[in-house]
Amino acid sequence: MSTMSDDNKQDTVTIYVDDQPVEVPAGINLVEAVAVAGKEVPHYCYHPKLSVVGNCRMCLVEMGTPGRDRATGEPMLDEEGNPKIMWVPKPVIGCATNVSPGMHVKTESSLVKDCREGVMEFLLVNHPLDCPICDQAGECRLQEFATDYGRGYSRFVEQKNVKPKRTRIGPRVTLDDERCILCSRCIRFCEEVADDPVLGFIDRGSYTTLTTFPGKELDNNYSLNTVDICPVGALTSTDFRFKMRVWFLKETPSIDTESSVGCNTVVGSREGTIYRITPRRNDAVNDTWMPDSGRTLYRQVDADDRMTQYSIEGRPCAAEEALTLASTYLRNGRSAIVASGRLSVEEQYLLTRIASHAPGETPAWLVARHAEGDGKLLSADRNPNVRGALVTGLIDRIPEAQLSQLSAALESGKVENLIVVGEDITQAGISIDQIKKANVVYIGAVHCDTAQYAKVEIPLLTVFEKAGSFINQQFRVQKFAQAVPGPKGVLFGLSNFTQLLAAVSDGKDRIEPSPAAVWTEMAAAIDEFKELSFSAIPSTGQLIPADRFADLPFVEGKSLHFEPRTAVADA
Amino acid sequence: MSLETHIARKNLAIHPKERRIILKHADRPDYDASIDCYLRNGGYDQQKKAFSMKPEEICQEVLDAGVRGRGGAGFPAGMKWKFLDRKSGKPIYLICNADESEPGTFKDRQIIHKDPHQLIEGMMISAFAIQAAQAFIYIREEMPYGAKILEEAIEEARAKNLLGDNILGSGYSCDLVVHRGAAAYICGEETGLIESLEGKRAYPRIKPPYFPAALGLYMCPTIVNNVETLCNVKHIIEMGGHAYAEIGKPGNTGTRIWSLSGHVRKPGYYELENGVHTYGDLINEFGGGLRDGRQLQAVIPGGSSAKVWRAGERFKGKLRSGEEFDWAIEDVPLDFDGPMAAGSMSGSGAVVVIDDSVDIVEVLANINAFYAHESCGQCTPCREGSLWMKKITTRMANGGAREEDTALLASIGDQIAGRTICAHGEACAWPTQSFVAKFQDKFLDKAKQDPEQLSKRDFRMV
Ligand SMILES: Cc1cc2nc3c(=O)[nH]c(=O)nc-3n(C[C@H](O)[C@H](O)[C@H](O)COP(=O)(O)O)c2cc1C
Ligand code: SF4
Ligand code: SF4
Ligand code: SF4
Ligand code: FES
Repeated sequence: MSTMSDDNKQDTVTIYVDDQPVEVPAGINLVEAVAVAGKEVPHYCYHPKLSVVGNCRMCLVEMGTPGRDRATGEPMLDEEGNPKIMWVPKPVIGCATNVSPGMHVKTESSLVKDCREGVMEFLLVNHPLDCPICDQAGECRLQEFATDYGRGYSRFVEQKNVKPKRTRIGPRVTLDDERCILCSRCIRFCEEVADDPVLGFIDRGSYTTLTTFPGKELDNNYSLNTVDICPVGALTSTDFRFKMRVWFLKETPSIDTESSVGCNTVVGSREGTIYRITPRRNDAVNDTWMPDSGRTLYRQVDADDRMTQYSIEGRPCAAEEALTLASTYLRNGRSAIVASGRLSVEEQYLLTRIASHAPGETPAWLVARHAEGDGKLLSADRNPNVRGALVTGLIDRIPEAQLSQLSAALESGKVENLIVVGEDITQAGISIDQIKKANVVYIGAVHCDTAQYAKVEIPLLTVFEKAGSFINQQFRVQKFAQAVPGPKGVLFGLSNFTQLLAAVSDGKDRIEPSPAAVWTEMAAAIDEFKELSFSAIPSTGQLIPADRFADLPFVEGKSLHFEPRTAVADA
Repeated sequence: MSLETHIARKNLAIHPKERRIILKHADRPDYDASIDCYLRNGGYDQQKKAFSMKPEEICQEVLDAGVRGRGGAGFPAGMKWKFLDRKSGKPIYLICNADESEPGTFKDRQIIHKDPHQLIEGMMISAFAIQAAQAFIYIREEMPYGAKILEEAIEEARAKNLLGDNILGSGYSCDLVVHRGAAAYICGEETGLIESLEGKRAYPRIKPPYFPAALGLYMCPTIVNNVETLCNVKHIIEMGGHAYAEIGKPGNTGTRIWSLSGHVRKPGYYELENGVHTYGDLINEFGGGLRDGRQLQAVIPGGSSAKVWRAGERFKGKLRSGEEFDWAIEDVPLDFDGPMAAGSMSGSGAVVVIDDSVDIVEVLANINAFYAHESCGQCTPCREGSLWMKKITTRMANGGAREEDTALLASIGDQIAGRTICAHGEACAWPTQSFVAKFQDKFLDKAKQDPEQLSKRDFRMV
């Protein structure tokens, strides 16, 4: 680290990439710096979020620094008066070489080209070339760099090494050792990020083999990240294995709904079916990681208990009919709302707007969902969007797990109509008898006891079937896009909510059923959203002011990029 | 089995032209490894003397002596000590590299087995000089008796307060422990050694940033020196740095213990003044020459990783002094700079003599088998290149040679050297590069030999 005082500390330095000057942040390595210059230093073992080991040697470049006269310390100049560059006699690895002012890098010289060809050839001599049946094909660094930097032919005529082809190294990960290029990314991930060092190499030289330590499994909740960062098809997701060629997958940016961390994700789907969920880099939230548990959430789309039918008292009906009845309830008598911390900001906002048209006070609750945080990417608050409900004014306090107030109100008849959205209130302290007493409208994605005894059932879209936003624990608004169409017959986008809004307001309060339209309304109504629009929210999210909620006792522990303001311990 | 049968046997016939400083006592019939014997012969006097000096003064003596590392790279020890990061405030460690595993090398074990206290004394002086908080001897796993001898010697020295707490009332404390290695060649590479000492796989570290003098053992400043290097420190204190520098030649001071093996009549170790003798002297005079009726074919001048010399080749060039030279193998000065001027290196001081009774392709196949086996497997070029070269040379030796193999081997070597994490890359590339360059005719010839005949020889690798 530099010892320079703060006054003359430089935030950027100028380096020369293939003679072109580029200004780059001080202290970064040459892999990153050359990328700033719009060029590529191919690399395998380097990963921006892991320690640097420099073992693949793919990132070799030529490097030189301005010379200084040993005696005088003066910069040395060439005949033309330019700084004389002292080239390091051997190629250096870009991943472990940090920029310094005036540094020169050659990324296209014949030596660099030869280094890359050599490394590519070496990596391939014992490689099985299973591409036609390899899950990694299409997103494989070995394929890409072989095409971009390889010689294109092989000089190897010997027998290839044989290694284990399909080892179950944990409940979710299958290893093909022959494809492993021994970059150690997975090992470092387990040690440095997952805090669960279970992977290691055995044997030596080219016979080196990745395996788990004796008696250990790769079974931590982050194990699938090793599959993501494996540059080749050695580590594969057992769930995804042999299911789909990756180039057919449509990639949709999404958000993990497991907790208030809100990991950024990519949903891979083809023709309306989701095949996998992988993390999307966001250095302020989840870096390049996500929990395993969030990757199977797509199964809710086709779950056995998925609710896809509008109905009244158990009788299937048209959407309009169900929504009209719901609005009739709302306009007559005292109503209340139980919403969910899993709804989008837009849905939560529309609920407040719907409530505003009901006569009298319409109290609203959210059902708390707490579990132990893991200090990484699963927080104690297992709702992705409690803050959305607060900011939109749907609720004004921290949710509780038991709806005792509501229970009493139902019991006493103070609440006659109840809109339940996305929660099974029988799990939150409301009895079936209490449900039967009121006019309950259930808007949800799954069948449950609440649905069973509700008067009206309205199917809800999952996060994968709609677009919208959540506000995570940092008060960061994060967008998600629609990956797949919703079930047949279910109104698209926010239509359930906008149509209900129109119905309760006698058609006076109409909003287009799109997040963009709702955001136009919200930006006008909510201070924190002032001047924001849906399209203006960057892909890495937008922090909004949190002052209004500073005193609320959020149930949060520390996570990767979040420190709770008050040290409220994990539940 | 008794310990005696496993420790290095004494060499009772010491050549009169040897200059024994390090091995002065080792082979005396009346000399043993006990501390009493060592003390009777003036042992630990230099430690006492050194402890009356300032640490910087000792460092200066070592710098003045110009003693170069005996482990392989030949880097001046005094200079290495100067690079120590003393500003960090972290503890400083001293490690003795007793992994001695470069094929052909068997000098350090002579010291360890026969005169362990000399090493301990050299180490404690060095430790005091660099103000080490703790010292280690990392000894090769395959030398269990050496480890035992050292452990016993350390206990003897501890009992006399020559190491441990408040050594000799000086206020300086430093303990010394023996650590048995992990039975791999790469454990001798200093950063691999450090990793191994930390309890991990001996994966050499990238340099930069992990130069041991700044970020060594447990990321603290660390000095790693070879056994013979550290023993020299004792004699430097005894003689004074400048007097020591009088021995040998400028830049090549002191003596060196050469391990001579292969096709000579008297293989063995010879401690010789640097620069005074030649490779010809070593092979013919000390080593007793080749066996009857045999011709010299090749010499590996500094351990199996050094580039080979072919009998009859001549080395021409200019020395640093400006003096021009035109040497045969036999004329190359036996020191650090001589073999370097002749395109190779003195390495660990292991000289392997190869006569015309062996097939040179098989020699390389054998060397390649070793390096493929010993590559730690961490970095791509060495890991894959070393095994590939082994596969090719084994195939060639077994009758499957193709004409294009020679050029292919050279190209593989070129794709390794200079592109790896540690010098094992060079260690595995240099033999191949030099063998195919210098014996190109013999490698090309292999492709013409009758595969039937060759495959009957059933050449197998270790
Ligand atoms: C592959 C490899 C193996 C080595 N093995 C040894 C060894 O067995 N003993 C040794 O003293 N040095 C060995 N070295 C050299 C050490 O890295 C280091 O340079 C040496 O211990 C420093 O001590 P010196 O300066 O006293 O020579 C080896 C180097 C390499 C690259
Ligand atoms: S890892 Fe890459 S190169 Fe290897 S088989 Fe799979 S797709 Fe092909
Ligand atoms: S399994 Fe993949 S990530 Fe792990 S070392 Fe092998 S190539 Fe690298
Ligand atoms: S050069 Fe060889 S021994 Fe050294 S780190 Fe690389 S693979 Fe290991
Ligand atoms: S990226 Fe692997 S050595 Fe730099």
